[in-house]
Amino acid sequence: MATPEAPAASAPAERRHGLWIFVIWLPLAVIADLLIWIVWRPHLPPGTMSTSAQHQQFDIAVMAVVGAPVLLFVWTYAAYALLSWHHREGDEEDGPPIHGNARIQATWIGATAVIVLGLFVFGTVELIVPAGAGAGEGPDPIWKPNVSHMLEVQVIGQQWQFSYRYPQFGGMESTQLVLPANTTVEFHVTSLDVIHSFWAYQLGVKADANPGVDNVAYTTTRNQLGSFTVRCNELCGLWHGAMYNYGHVVSPAAFATWATALHATQARDGILAALPPYALTYDPTVIPQLGASIVKIDGITGAAGYYYPPQDPVTP
Amino acid sequence: MSLPVRITALLVAFAAVVVGAAFVVVHYILGSPPTVTFNASGGVTNVLLQEDPQNNSATQPQWVSYYVHDPSTKQWVHTTLFSIPAGGLVHVTILGYDGCTPLRNNYWSQVQGTIGGTVNLSIVNNKGVATPPRNVSVINSWAGCTVGHTFAIPALHLFIPVASPDAIDSANNLCGVSPCTSGPHSVESFSFRAPSHGGIFRWQCLVPCGGGYLDGNGGPMQTIGFMTGNMEVRA
Repeated sequence: MATPEAPAASAPAERRHGLWIFVIWLPLAVIADLLIWIVWRPHLPPGTMSTSAQHQQFDIAVMAVVGAPVLLFVWTYAAYALLSWHHREGDEEDGPPIHGNARIQATWIGATAVIVLGLFVFGTVELIVPAGAGAGEGPDPIWKPNVSHMLEVQVIGQQWQFSYRYPQFGGMESTQLVLPANTTVEFHVTSLDVIHSFWAYQLGVKADANPGVDNVAYTTTRNQLGSFTVRCNELCGLWHGAMYNYGHVVSPAAFATWATALHATQARDGILAALPPYALTYDPTVIPQLGASIVKIDGITGAAGYYYPPQDPVTP
Repeated sequence: MSLPVRITALLVAFAAVVVGAAFVVVHYILGSPPTVTFNASGGVTNVLLQEDPQNNSATQPQWVSYYVHDPSTKQWVHTTLFSIPAGGLVHVTILGYDGCTPLRNNYWSQVQGTIGGTVNLSIVNNKGVATPPRNVSVINSWAGCTVGHTFAIPALHLFIPVASPDAIDSANNLCGVSPCTSGPHSVESFSFRAPSHGGIFRWQCLVPCGGGYLDGNGGPMQTIGFMTGNMEVRA
């Protein structure tokens, strides 16, 4: 007949284990959080080239600071369990019975609830305060920057090249995305064919480019001059992987010089007059907007010599 | 089912999977069009291309396609892969035999990235008579039936609208056998500086010329050997 164990003998040992785990975990968590905040944070992606990028870097750092103690607690507990409660030679006894502990359960539920709800509130604030956090907000953005002047840039995706229109500079278009420093930018992202995604990595801006849709995203460049990468982030065909180029944040004076020179060149060459009137989206009917007739000569080209009308999108 | 039958079925199924995988690897991954090699002469590499309304492939003869002229054999090769030496001047001539298709974005009507920012353009009619060559910086594809395709190397900021021949002449006398040697066409030449380092640079057409595919985006637009390919720069 088995002898019943005395519960009073095991209770103090459990409390001691908990204290030991806490004492080991606490300095580790503090050190990890300090390292993340002081050493790692300045190097976290996507950098600090724009306000949205800066916010994203801050968000990632905050989540790392919150997550590291949780991760370390699990690791500390697992290591402690392995070292303290592993099987020892000659010990054939059963382990102590498991029984509920209301205080531990309440602490666990309370702590995880605080973390999850805290991150929910934090995430919502971090989405609203930086005006959408650099993400595409659709044609009617909810969160807009509270500034009097913004630089409008239209991003046009096409297999497999981005181009950029500047409506405030006569609708000139460029394959290079050039932005002035310390300026709020309003991106209007659209596509001429399939679905693309405009991802200006170091600016922390990402917005889908859908045909027939004006997807608006905001960011504000900081006084940090240099290049950033623009990638398509939506699988869009054979050369999706090669659909990238580099944008530049330059000084306002350099931007003004660049824009003035490009506008003059495009006006002189006639391409400015050949472009359609600036619109938030484009479709095949844009050609008649110029007063030009759509050329239709069947049989002479692979695409039958005409620009696909909306009612005939499948068989050009 | 007896054991020998089951083993046989298993082996047959396994062999079918192996054969299928080998076919995919050989046909789709390893199989590619030939590469035409160009060498420099006096620091200049001359590249000759043509774009046709069809091609002479066995698989998709109805697709529009580029051809590359092999300087060693003096033959047109149905490929879009070619290599050039690094660093020198590259002089490209494109013969445009295909008719017009408006650009989806008329911005590509502008010549970009060439030396001088222009192309030298001449239109040859069905009788072989050519217009005097002229330098142009814009070929407006929406102002008339003027652009057939484009030749673009985005990484080099090279964007070239390739003119189409006269619309009526082209409609009546379009080249019907590829590679084209006669019929109305455009002759367009331009120069650019090859990168000083080696690498592979994709090039493509920006006209949605995949006839029969959704919005012209499929078929030859998405297939190496037709309207897109690679330019290898040899270091």
